[in-house]
Amino acid sequence: MSDLLHVTDENFDAEIMKSETPALVDFWAEWCGPCRMVGPVVEELAGQYKGKIKFAKMDVDKNRQTPARFGIRNIPTLIFFKGGEVAQTIIGAYPKSAIEEELKKLL
Amino acid sequence: MTAGLYSARARLRVLLLERLAPGGQVLTTDRVENYPGFPEGISGFELVDRMKSQAERFELPIRNEEVMRLDLRAEPKRVFLPHEELEAKAVILALGATWKKLGIDGEGLFTGKGVSYCATCDGPFFRDQQVAVIGGGDTAMEEALFLTRFASKIYVVHRRDRLRATRLLQERAMDDPRIEFLWETVPTRILGGSGVEGIELRHVRTGEVYTKPIHGVFVFIGTVPNTQLVKGQLELDEEGFILTDQNMETAVPGVFAAGDVRSKLFRQISTAVGEGAAASYSAERYLESRGHH
Repeated sequence: MSDLLHVTDENFDAEIMKSETPALVDFWAEWCGPCRMVGPVVEELAGQYKGKIKFAKMDVDKNRQTPARFGIRNIPTLIFFKGGEVAQTIIGAYPKSAIEEELKKLL
Repeated sequence: MTAGLYSARARLRVLLLERLAPGGQVLTTDRVENYPGFPEGISGFELVDRMKSQAERFELPIRNEEVMRLDLRAEPKRVFLPHEELEAKAVILALGATWKKLGIDGEGLFTGKGVSYCATCDGPFFRDQQVAVIGGGDTAMEEALFLTRFASKIYVVHRRDRLRATRLLQERAMDDPRIEFLWETVPTRILGGSGVEGIELRHVRTGEVYTKPIHGVFVFIGTVPNTQLVKGQLELDEEGFILTDQNMETAVPGVFAAGDVRSKLFRQISTAVGEGAAASYSAERYLESRGHH
């Protein structure tokens, strides 16, 4: 069972913007190699920080509005949300240590 | 991974350290056509996945950790991870390379907002838009062809009047109606507001400067070796690639290099794989000659 939530254009506001806990959203797509590098790292972190941070994935092929809303033109892009606002953005594939460092700032 | 796989099969005490995910640049390739054994071609991701499964079958330990520092002249060699220090009697460096940047105005500013070095990552964000591809080699052609699935028009900007790319790729690119070649042209500036809106170009012979309205710039002008870890410890060529002999041995005994990070003429998955295997063999012989094993 994955600790990752799949968010869509329809439920993004409810799940992420209105989330009580900080959230990390992984914007990815099937054909994007580096996204698949980051995917497992995000899954691992989701297990580690369960309950403290909400982890979600958005398929940018199936959802065009949300990426456009946040000006996303490159993937993988990780956006860290706190209190309905963008706290940090990471564009590109980075090692677990770098992502975890940003996660800790959310807590 | 090949070096790791061979070393594991040879029952050497080996560890593969990778800071992101095994595969490196291959992961960004949509389709690999020329790796022997795959008549229908294979996606970069799948090829890497298979190599990884194969290596795991021989119980190669793989750790997802970043190597922060190396001391290759020490005996044994020291490998510094964020929270640990390891010792090794031999080291194989398969550090790879990353994409070269243009170094022009607007490039840094618009990276992530229209400037990209990976078509398979970002191509779909440019559906029905005009984009520019900078470069004239295999990668530039492959990526330009990949982009025809999304972009309405692709300007291939190349500073010479001929391409370096493999003949077959050249033919395909020239046959595609969406691809237009701008020969003997170099980009001088990338322009835009919140994202890329245009690119300023200069003809190298006539000196003419003009702007093309585009929303994306894909840069494929070569790679830069990832040799930050070994600067000052190994011999590098003028561009920073690691010098080795034909047995993958570097200037330092017990230190070997394989793949794109090596100084050589031709960089392919097939050559990287071959060198990985050769490096493993050389490392094994080195260890035996020193009475280890």
